Amino acid sequence: MSRFLILTLNGLTQGAIYSAMALALVMIWRATQVINFAQGAMAMFTTYLALFAIEHGAPYWLGFLVAVACGLLLGGIVERVIVRPVESAPPLNLVILTLGLLLFLEALAPMAFGGQIKSFPPAFSIVGLHLGASQIAFSPFDAFTLGSVLALMVLLLLLFQKTNLGLRMRASAFNPEVSRLLGIRVGRMLTLGWALASMVGALAGVLIAPSLLLYPTFMDQVLVFGFTGAVLGGLDSAVGAVVGGLLIGFALSYVGGYLGSDLETVGALVILVAVLMVRPRGLFSLQRLRQV
Amino acid sequence: MVAAQSRLNRLVSPTLSRHLLLALGAAVLLLLLSAQIGAYEDYQLTAVAIFAVATAGLTLLTGLNGQLSLGHGALMAVGAYTTSLLLEGHELPVIVVLLIAVLSSGLIGILFGYAAARLRGPYLAGATLTLAVALPQVATRYKGIFGGEEGLTVTPTSPPAWLGADFPPERWLAWIALAAAVVTIVLLANLLRSSTGRAFKAVRDNEAAAALAGIDVARTQVLAFVISASCAGLAGALFAYWSGVTAPAGFSLSLSLQLVTAIVIGGLGSLAGAVWGSIVLVFVPSFTSGMASTLNLPSSIANNLPLAIYGAILVIAMLMVPYGIQGALTRILRMGRTRFGRSPADGHKGVVDWDDPALDP
Repeated sequence: MSRFLILTLNGLTQGAIYSAMALALVMIWRATQVINFAQGAMAMFTTYLALFAIEHGAPYWLGFLVAVACGLLLGGIVERVIVRPVESAPPLNLVILTLGLLLFLEALAPMAFGGQIKSFPPAFSIVGLHLGASQIAFSPFDAFTLGSVLALMVLLLLLFQKTNLGLRMRASAFNPEVSRLLGIRVGRMLTLGWALASMVGALAGVLIAPSLLLYPTFMDQVLVFGFTGAVLGGLDSAVGAVVGGLLIGFALSYVGGYLGSDLETVGALVILVAVLMVRPRGLFSLQRLRQV
Repeated sequence: MVAAQSRLNRLVSPTLSRHLLLALGAAVLLLLLSAQIGAYEDYQLTAVAIFAVATAGLTLLTGLNGQLSLGHGALMAVGAYTTSLLLEGHELPVIVVLLIAVLSSGLIGILFGYAAARLRGPYLAGATLTLAVALPQVATRYKGIFGGEEGLTVTPTSPPAWLGADFPPERWLAWIALAAAVVTIVLLANLLRSSTGRAFKAVRDNEAAAALAGIDVARTQVLAFVISASCAGLAGALFAYWSGVTAPAGFSLSLSLQLVTAIVIGGLGSLAGAVWGSIVLVFVPSFTSGMASTLNLPSSIANNLPLAIYGAILVIAMLMVPYGIQGALTRILRMGRTRFGRSPADGHKGVVDWDDPALDP
């Protein structure tokens, strides 16, 4: 199989994870205008909880469910307890708040679960599939990763576009004042938005854990690339987040494969700056350019 | 004659002389302090001074010009690598090395400032965040020049002969770093009181209004970025002397995030706040780890407790003192003043202090 195809498939799977992370960041940005730097740490924590369940005899699927459910819960709690009281504070304070939460969770995890690097079992084989006589670099677990991210995105799309609840959530993010006048419980919608976003992040954590191994800072890189993807696509666009995440996945895979793995992040920087110079608010923004 | 008089007046304006006097006082105090303390405290004092240089520059950019940079650690790396490369096989006076480091990071600052001037809020944050992650990898990639993961060693600077043979090198470095911090802060304080400083704030508060008032918005933003990057470069050069080795691991993303944390905890947009933040950055972790080690806990908890406490302090501080240490101090002072029968408005009648965080909506 050609090198290009291998790198493309690899980029697709990695990109799906970055897309999920980017989508989680964009959902929170649209709901509360915060970049949630603790997103990765929250996903790390829920992944540890899943592993805790699996180590205590639960089957993989129960662990998977634990991660997703705890993600939902953790997101809601963080919004309600930590973010809500500083809603009206200067925007940078919220950034520091999420950074504080990031440090706290990354220190809490080794205290609760032990600091050594752990391996996380995959749901399916991570050995490449056989296609006729040749083996390809695409495993059943990669297919599962892609499928789950895709399924989640379709579900979210249906929620936001087809249901009354989704409409209310979009209205609250778009214009909280008017929504409140129309009788929408904006606070609840924001909590739900954070919970859903955190669930998406938790899914990304569980799906990437088998290939990255589990340690307290293992999601940091995923967060950085997810954020890069979200900025690339445009923070106001969910479609942009997904496309941006995939683009970053491909870019990292090609740069790493052809130029050397230590240039991956430099490649991401070059692409990001190049795109932002042409479209300062990301690929999917509708705003006019600024002149310099 | 009259013209010469007014020029003289401008030269020794009350602002400048007040800043110089304050700086002189601070320098004498710090000099006395550094003579009283041991080598380890000198080492910590140096760290505070280094962080103060970097955070003063960052608070100018983020607090006073409204551009959020999450990549100042990378600009510090530019200064540090410049220093290490300059000192490879040469013996150069410290002042020359520091100036060249300032110039080189300023040049990188021009490059990034132009890009940054087009970006706003989270987009700028994203771009600078990627810079912070990517730049150390360049050093890993080009091992021949930058020494790869192991980095480059830095020849330490030895105290001059007139200080005596047994003068501790830690104290000499502390003096250099403190001098750099005092000079930086005086220069920035004067800049902020000038028309340039007012232009910075005008652009932060309302770009359209600033442009209508005749301020070149993009140029102002690039200038702020260059000044800020130069400060980061100076801090990086001092950091290289301080740590003795310049390696990618020293300039990880967490360094950049620490700097942002410091300016917000200290009080965003105030130079005094930048100093408070630097003190917090150096002393709170050493305090929490000291506390954790006295508690006799199992190692998995004792090793991580300081970080957990630090994270919790950040969260609680943002909930309790949203305007940082300097903001809280200003409020306490003002409360004291009103209690003694003089309302703050009497002090400067008809003048609205736009730096007052209390006025922000």
